[in-house]
Amino acid sequence: MKHTISILCDDKPGVMTRISGLFSRRGFNIESLTVGHTETPGKSRFTIVVRGDDTVLEQVRKQLQKLVHVIKVLDIKSTEAVEREHALLKIEVSPNKRSEVLQIITALQARIIDSSSNIWILEITGDTKSVNNAFNLLGDYKIVESIRTGKIALKRDSIGK
Amino acid sequence: MKNNMEKETTLTGAQALLKALEEEKAEIIFGYPGGATLPVYDKLHESGIRHILCRHEQGGAHMADGYARATGKAGLCMATSGPGATNLVTGLATSFMDSTPVIAISGQVPREMIGNDAFQEVDITGITIPITKHNYLISESSEISNSIHEAYYLSTTGRKGPILLDIPKDVLNENIKTPEKNNHKTNLEGYNPTIKGHVGQIKRAVTLLKKSNKVLIISGGGVVSSGAEDALTNFAKKYQIPVAATLMGKNGFPNSDELYLGLVGYHGTAAGNTAIQKAETIIAIGTRFGDRTTGPLKTFAQNANIIHIDIDPAEISKNIPSFIPIVGDASAIIEELDKQFSEIKNAELNRKEEEWLKYLIGIKTSRTKPADNSKLNIPLILEQLKKILKDPIITTDVGRHQIFTAHHFPVDKKNSFITSGGLGTMGFGLPAAIGAKAGKPDETVICISGDGSFLMCCQELVTSVEEDLPVIVLVMRDNRLGMISQLQDAFYGKRYNCCDLGSVVDFTKIAEGMGAKGIRVKTPEEIEPAIKKAIELNKTTVIEFIIDEAKNTYPMVTGNSLTDFIEEEL
Repeated sequence: MKHTISILCDDKPGVMTRISGLFSRRGFNIESLTVGHTETPGKSRFTIVVRGDDTVLEQVRKQLQKLVHVIKVLDIKSTEAVEREHALLKIEVSPNKRSEVLQIITALQARIIDSSSNIWILEITGDTKSVNNAFNLLGDYKIVESIRTGKIALKRDSIGK
Repeated sequence: MKNNMEKETTLTGAQALLKALEEEKAEIIFGYPGGATLPVYDKLHESGIRHILCRHEQGGAHMADGYARATGKAGLCMATSGPGATNLVTGLATSFMDSTPVIAISGQVPREMIGNDAFQEVDITGITIPITKHNYLISESSEISNSIHEAYYLSTTGRKGPILLDIPKDVLNENIKTPEKNNHKTNLEGYNPTIKGHVGQIKRAVTLLKKSNKVLIISGGGVVSSGAEDALTNFAKKYQIPVAATLMGKNGFPNSDELYLGLVGYHGTAAGNTAIQKAETIIAIGTRFGDRTTGPLKTFAQNANIIHIDIDPAEISKNIPSFIPIVGDASAIIEELDKQFSEIKNAELNRKEEEWLKYLIGIKTSRTKPADNSKLNIPLILEQLKKILKDPIITTDVGRHQIFTAHHFPVDKKNSFITSGGLGTMGFGLPAAIGAKAGKPDETVICISGDGSFLMCCQELVTSVEEDLPVIVLVMRDNRLGMISQLQDAFYGKRYNCCDLGSVVDFTKIAEGMGAKGIRVKTPEEIEPAIKKAIELNKTTVIEFIIDEAKNTYPMVTGNSLTDFIEEEL
């Protein structure tokens, strides 16, 4: 089972190593990891998707909380949070398929952010499911390269909770 | 009003370091100098801190650990960059596994050289992340003072543990203006250990205890770490609850007391392990339910509801599900438990418990017999040692002798049993003994060792002699790695591969060669005079006991549950 963990921590050198090292050391599997600055200077937020049952999740949470630079660890349930993922896809589109692909792009609410002859780069934002969906639909065409950011999430009305 | 008149002095980073250490009341540094720490050594004589020159940084780290365990204060060690720092690793891991407060300072190459693979450069903060509670790479001299104070705070509060501070040489040389008055402030937003137990949880525990007939206390290392020995003793005796111990918790309750059932776990006693498997309620205090304590997890304490008291919330239900978790400091929680429990305790409860107690003590007494005095053996040596010295500080190494000591040497005084329980570090005993002696110079310190373990850090005999920290080392010599051969005996069809240590070493000559006294003992009659002589000499002494017929240490769990053990040689 997948869980999304949100970690608020001090933005100190080595904090990434401490957090990711803890996952590998304790045998927890990271599905995705994103990190960035927050509204407070000197604080970062990690969003980590981890696979495991409730017992594993509880251990992950408690072990993370023990790291001195970690301020708060939240287990984010998808019903209580807004989740987004961002993906870039480079696809090859032959001229006879253009209109077909354009229709899919519109349906997916994706955007073409770069194009040179047959190669287009698309941008897709959505929850994990819709990004997966985009990959499925575009899988019928030639995906040259792709990248996903991994999930970021914010708890609804999350202040202080 | 802002105080503009505050006096400032200019110090070097090294002086600021020493000043901060003095403010933390550090008395002793166990260290070994090197290029990167020379700025500290250059100023060390100006401070009131004693430096003890170990002969290997691993020894220094173990000494700091032994000092911490004997005194309850943080131990301090220092090493240079590169190999000096990596040599600390085993010691730090030992402290980490047993949650003891140790501060380690390592020198680092100058800032501009970091990352260049400079001479004696190693990423020691990277290396020690998994084996320290926290660590620091100090990048500005102005951070030194605060970091030291933070390190002491982190190391000695909550679940204790080692902290490493890595300081580049140029940071130690840099001049900084510091206020004369210490006005440090710690900024640890993410660190808030729970000390006081949750009142509701304690109430629930009391309600459960009220209903239970067969109650057992497991004393874990947290009892010792919290200084909860008196609280536990008082509680157990008041309500006549039997106490079993993990290896780390052996020193949490007086071993000579009738209520003490001995060790639990892989090498647990018949009484201890039976109690676990038959108890209805277990009060587990400061134990992480390590595999050596639980044996096979599936069958552990199947009849019991567990009240788990621990200062580290991550230990709750990590290995064994706890019925009522109480997070906080053992001492305070036991006292609160006692307060609430005393109000509801009734006569009927007493009667039921008496049967349970009688049953367990029966098992214990049926297994208690004097050691065989026809030939030289470890239990006999320990029995005689206890007769001569009532309450010495005992340190052990790791192996068969360690388990023998746990079973056959009752400890009754606080902070007097020092052993590497979690990491099982061979070579720990001697340096830990020296550290203990440095912290408690008036006590007699005995290191129980084996011929395997002793050689792993025997160079520290020199430290002991040179620094006038006399300890007595009892080397149980059987020319083999005893615990290994015991495992090969039980699980590998008696194929004793590579555990024969040969017979060339003369331990008395090693002792003499390092300025200590060496005594060899071959017969049971010689035990007492040898130990008495060593005490009388009051100098570092190695007594080599020739154990020609090596015995395995029992009980040992060999099956699927804690009561599935063998007690005697088959």
